Amino acid sequence: MELHALRAHQLRELLDKGEISSVELTKSLLARIEAVDPAIGAYLSVREKEALQEAEAADRRIREGRDVGPLTGIPVSVKDNISVDGSPTTCASKMLEHYISPYDATVVARLKAQGAPILGKLNLDEFAMGSSTETSALKLTRNPWDLERVPGGSSGGPAAAVAADTAVLALGSDTGGSIRQPAAFCGIVGLKPTYGRVSRYGLVAFASSLDQIGPMTKDVRDAALLLAAIAGHDPLDSTSIPGEVPDFAAELDKGVDGLVIGLPKEFFGEGIAPEVKDAVLAAVRVLEGLGAKVQEVSLPHARYALAAYHMIAPAEASSNLGRFDGVRFGHRAKEAEDVVTLFEKTRQEGFGLEVKRRIMLGTFALSAGYYDQYYLKALKVRTLIRQDFEKAFQQCDVLATPTAPTVAFRIGEKWENPLEMYQSDLLTAPANLAGIPAISIPCGLNGEGLPIGLQLLGPALGEGLLLRVAAAYEGATGGVESRPKPRLEVE
Amino acid sequence: MAIIERKDVEHIARLARLALSEEEKELIQRQLETILEYAAILNEVNTDGVEPSAHVVALTNVLRPDVRRPSMPKEKALANAPEARDGYFYVPRILDE
Repeated sequence: MELHALRAHQLRELLDKGEISSVELTKSLLARIEAVDPAIGAYLSVREKEALQEAEAADRRIREGRDVGPLTGIPVSVKDNISVDGSPTTCASKMLEHYISPYDATVVARLKAQGAPILGKLNLDEFAMGSSTETSALKLTRNPWDLERVPGGSSGGPAAAVAADTAVLALGSDTGGSIRQPAAFCGIVGLKPTYGRVSRYGLVAFASSLDQIGPMTKDVRDAALLLAAIAGHDPLDSTSIPGEVPDFAAELDKGVDGLVIGLPKEFFGEGIAPEVKDAVLAAVRVLEGLGAKVQEVSLPHARYALAAYHMIAPAEASSNLGRFDGVRFGHRAKEAEDVVTLFEKTRQEGFGLEVKRRIMLGTFALSAGYYDQYYLKALKVRTLIRQDFEKAFQQCDVLATPTAPTVAFRIGEKWENPLEMYQSDLLTAPANLAGIPAISIPCGLNGEGLPIGLQLLGPALGEGLLLRVAAAYEGATGGVESRPKPRLEVE
Repeated sequence: MAIIERKDVEHIARLARLALSEEEKELIQRQLETILEYAAILNEVNTDGVEPSAHVVALTNVLRPDVRRPSMPKEKALANAPEARDGYFYVPRILDE
């Protein structure tokens, strides 16, 4: 098997035994990107020179046996809203097309400190606003399973790259489902950690009370390794949670015997494709066969989550994106005679339609006369949603649901109707509102050969439990080797 | 029922500092209308006596020792500026003479 197709924990063994070098591995990935990415469009920039230098340094470390961590020498690719010092961070927007990050995000600094080369930056919906990566102002990303379909979004670049073997490991960000939904659409593993588990320092803010960075990988063990590398308290993010980070990898082999899996009935109702529902229920039966108990639960306010999300997220975005004014960084409109015109023209030219729509909606929800009716109301509903989850986790250990209501849809299919596009986040946004962790893992293909995702949700700081259940399912179904892979005609 | 009228769109665009085109104003007016109609289901929920959750982390008043530490060098901070002069960000005149 080619090096680029292997998983991080397999590559670790080969690197430690001296059978391969990080430079060889990095070159294998660069060659794979060159061969396949023109058809997929996942990468916005590739750090060829820097990644090879970082790989050389990692090889020296491994040879000398000095500070070798689980990811030393294993390249990681990151979504292009996460800062890498000296490299572009475009957020797939004209606004930041020529912006060069002057510092590393904490997650990137931690990976670099461990000796993981940073391979490149991956496409996304503009400023992470979207569910298909179609709002990217810079590139169209295609789903490796069917090039006429979207990879999901907003982390469509990371999902497509991992699925197409142009990335071993990737980091995405998730505000309402942006790691999990593309992971489901592309048949990979995607984990949104507990809010505060991973530092957001250096992540370009979309909705600060919802955003989390998380791993997007080929299997569950790799997700555990990558999460362990980036998790933990960071003084540079005041919302990051203090305390020790558990050994996630140690949870993987504990099995599910005796665990109680809740099926929230509200997540299996209207709008969920029957093929998705069937695949998810079949996956739950696998877990039942491994000794888990299955119980129906109710989250009565879940049906209001999407509406609350689409008030809260744009409100926070409208405030966060106020910084793009053409003064300190980013695009600047020419020939503005005064400073207000400069702001208005810069923002009009720099932002795409979806971003403008959300800024408008958020500004409206926060404006005098509407604040109580829309924004404050949504925050109160958010409290009820959190309480629903707290009650559910008194009865069961984890919840199992579909990740997305459908399989990947066609490029252009939902472009005209934002409300229909927003429905993609129906089953994922509740976890962001409640701040709890959730993982999406592949649970089979539909009749057309498109991947379906199983979502597992856990209580706050319950990533270990999620990884444990996910690993049990993956193991019982034959692991990654038995899973079909997308067939890329370009090969 | 019009929740959002044209003058509201223009007012919000001004607050958000967006010089929207006429076409965008019309499109966004229509789409905001649809989204707000959908959001009206929030009114079904009885939220009497419910505290709002602006945040989900049980942390308040995170403090750190007030110690001097290096900050980003000026040249680096200015490197992305569309226009900089004499070590400052440069903008059109804000106050009249």
